Amino acid sequence: MRYLPLTEADRQEMLAAIGAPSVDALFGDVPAAAHLTQPIAGLAPHQGELQVERALSRLAARNVPAGSCPSFLGAGAYRHHVPASVDQLLTRGEFLTSYTPYQPEVTQGTLQYLFEFQTQVALITGMDVANASMYDGATACAEAVLMANRVTRRNRAVLSGGLHPHYRDVTATTTGVLGVDLVTLPADPKGIEDLAAAIDDKTSCVVVQNPTLFGHVADLTPLAEACHAKGALLVVVVTEVVSLGMMPSPGSMGADIVVAEGQSIGNGLNFGGPYLGLFATRDKFVRQMPGRLCGETVDADGRRGFVLTLSTREQHIRREKATSNICTNSGLCALAFTMHLSLLGELGFTGLARLNHAKAVQLADKLAAAGVTVLNQGFFNEFTVQVKGDAAALVDTLAAELILAGVPISRLHPGQVALADLLLVAVTETTTEDDMDALVQALGGKQ
Amino acid sequence: MNTQGRKTTPDVESAAATDVGTYTGNRALVHEEPLIFELDNPGVTGVDLEAVPAVASRLGGLKAREGVGLPGLSEPTVVRHYTRLSQKNLGIDSTMYPLGSCTMKHNPRLNEKLARLPGFGDIHPMQPQSTVQGALELIDQLAHWLKTLTGMPAVAMSPAAGAHGELCGLMAIRAALQARGEAGRTRVLVPESAHGTNPATAAFCGFTVDAIPAEANGRVSVEAVKAKLGPDVACIMLTNPNTCGLFEPQVKEIADAVHAAGGYFYCDGANYNAIVGRVRPADLGVDAMHINLHKTFSTPHGGGGPGSGPVVLSDALAPYAPLPYVVHGADGFRLVEHEGEVEQGAQPFGRLKAFHGQMGMFVRALAYIMSHGADGLRQASSDAVLNANYLKARLQDLMSVPFDGYCMHEALFDDRFLKDTGVTTLDFAKAMIDEGFHPMTMYFPLVVHGAFLIEPTETESKATLDQFVGAMRHLAGKAKAGDAAHFLAAPRYTPRRRLDETAAARKPVLRWTPPAA
Repeated sequence: MRYLPLTEADRQEMLAAIGAPSVDALFGDVPAAAHLTQPIAGLAPHQGELQVERALSRLAARNVPAGSCPSFLGAGAYRHHVPASVDQLLTRGEFLTSYTPYQPEVTQGTLQYLFEFQTQVALITGMDVANASMYDGATACAEAVLMANRVTRRNRAVLSGGLHPHYRDVTATTTGVLGVDLVTLPADPKGIEDLAAAIDDKTSCVVVQNPTLFGHVADLTPLAEACHAKGALLVVVVTEVVSLGMMPSPGSMGADIVVAEGQSIGNGLNFGGPYLGLFATRDKFVRQMPGRLCGETVDADGRRGFVLTLSTREQHIRREKATSNICTNSGLCALAFTMHLSLLGELGFTGLARLNHAKAVQLADKLAAAGVTVLNQGFFNEFTVQVKGDAAALVDTLAAELILAGVPISRLHPGQVALADLLLVAVTETTTEDDMDALVQALGGKQ
Repeated sequence: MNTQGRKTTPDVESAAATDVGTYTGNRALVHEEPLIFELDNPGVTGVDLEAVPAVASRLGGLKAREGVGLPGLSEPTVVRHYTRLSQKNLGIDSTMYPLGSCTMKHNPRLNEKLARLPGFGDIHPMQPQSTVQGALELIDQLAHWLKTLTGMPAVAMSPAAGAHGELCGLMAIRAALQARGEAGRTRVLVPESAHGTNPATAAFCGFTVDAIPAEANGRVSVEAVKAKLGPDVACIMLTNPNTCGLFEPQVKEIADAVHAAGGYFYCDGANYNAIVGRVRPADLGVDAMHINLHKTFSTPHGGGGPGSGPVVLSDALAPYAPLPYVVHGADGFRLVEHEGEVEQGAQPFGRLKAFHGQMGMFVRALAYIMSHGADGLRQASSDAVLNANYLKARLQDLMSVPFDGYCMHEALFDDRFLKDTGVTTLDFAKAMIDEGFHPMTMYFPLVVHGAFLIEPTETESKATLDQFVGAMRHLAGKAKAGDAAHFLAAPRYTPRRRLDETAAARKPVLRWTPPAA
């Protein structure tokens, strides 16, 4: 077996040094009835690299890569171009095969990029401080509600109907076991809802996504004021972080906590994971944050260096009193994110956002011209269209023609007749004119 | 060789020169690297985007943002920056990384290659299911391996890491208790030797935590568990092999006692890598156990994730597995994503994550599992245990062993051998860095004073282990000989020497800010 360096002679020599008659003897604490003497039946034996590659390549070939055809899928996962250098650098063994930087003297590389990552996240969200990542945007959303409860010592959260249903469900599942009172507004495809009216003096936070699941964008300043007037926090969810290169930052609109899915920058689609949750807040709330934080300090010679810090919030110190149970997070995805964002820089990030938006405007106009109803007045790179008949059935039909037309709203909001004909269409810099024309023809033609 | 008159042997006398410092602060291969923000060259970018089509923006009346504050860097600058940062890191690729309980074993590059196939890496989670049948089949195949290896009937694939898997298991237990009308069971038994995530997860799930003391032999006794059992106990969270690197010999009796008292057995599977192919957790009475794919099945740790923590479930808990999951349909594989789609009897407790789980990790783990096969996985756990016992045997005369007998995949020492030397476990760890090793896990488990938890894994050769033993014996001898100064000054040869963690926490600086103009 190519990954196992010991020879049979090594094993015998080591057993002799141990003074054990056999490897089986080392397992003497295992109850005899549970100790298997043979490899488990019904499972294949070891295989060479060639054979494994062949078998898994065969499975891969049975999937349609989004990049192989016109694709307009979004809804919280976006296909952007990731520069080649990101993946090349990511696979350096010193990054790939290291772990949580518990020993700072041998992990200054990881710690420095986490410090840079935290700064970048704070900048794009317009917040003071960000952590070193969460599992994904949805789990970060749930953690934000719990944090808002700790900060406000209240127990009631209001969720916008424009929140991605997976985020809503993860939040409901996670906070439900703790008895948090969740008020979820109905999903309105036109984006009309009165969140401010749902705030009372028991409300810890309002959770609002911008752009919403349906693609609507809003100035959240009035909502932030309404929250703050009642002593509640505003939690802003961003599922498409590229939007932050053009949209006003959540921080500038009064957000207290910003959570986001960071996949769009640096990370591939990967069928939904691994992704990375971004989590940013105000300085005054930092000790209530979940997750790891990297901070600046000096070494014994007075030189700048970085360490994990404020760990008295965390499970390995505080155990059942920790702010969260999170341990391993999304380190490598955060590295991909920070490298891609470094490459983009100020010009690239703001330019990429404008390119995404302009292409989305082009497609919306083309669709409207072909007679397709676009529901959104304003949007970033994703909008909702109304099709004739069932959107899911249409998407399946078009998939057979190798057009990934978008995400039917019914995939996320099932069983709601009023939403069955709605299709969510996303555009990125990877979308070409030909792609757009294919969709316009398909949707226009099917109308 | 034409040396053109140059001297080709070093001048020994001048080579002995002391550290004179350098103009740049760099030390040959190790560079002083500024932050990206300090490398900012406004107007420069590392990407070339196509021209933005001239259309009027449609941001719903919002004014487009100006000035994010990101630095401008070219691609060569970025490549060099991260290359230099990487050179300040140790990884498994660089050296032995015996970080106990973290299972830092070799990460095969085949797995990286396969995860990047467009058919896995470039598929969208919301694509029509007809276009991702291979992905669903891969999840199903991995699930089959995990179920068969553990002997458990079901597995929840979506948890994103070990602690997330713990949450999944405890939520399933909670749902099962509610279904039984026993929501009043709110107490969770957690041995005091447990990893911090166990009590944190129990609290995160709304339970109260009741600690079980460890026995003098490092194990949990069935008597101690029985003394804590009662009608309000939801479950026990027991790590097996435990955090002391020992197999719990009474695990089956403990499971039986917990079951007899109406509770469930959550097994923390962080150390499952010690017993894969030798013990099926189902045979130990386990109701739920997470499997850290990044430990046992070698998906890269990546500087702190991403992980993946599928949870195998017993028949009693299987109906409560969270959404989504993959089932065999009449015409292929199908993802069950909503409550309205579940089969008869299923009562999913909810959803833990957006989309369907850590697909990228699934591909890597399955490639690792298929490469080993049933025989290789058993050999891997056998070698892991052999390696740890070899280290223990070669070091136990000089270092102090808290618990006698064979260990599993990790060797635990305490700091009694350092008594009166003026050297702490931390100091010792820093001296190991200078010897070229990543230190072991230190001060964990908490039940052992000044713990050294050393997990070599099966992918270290005997030659490496022998060198490690040599270094450890050398250092132990130095400490006992009274050379505390050697340790207190360590590490000497790292890019940074010891860092002031107290100052970092007292006045946190968590981001770069522009220098005052």
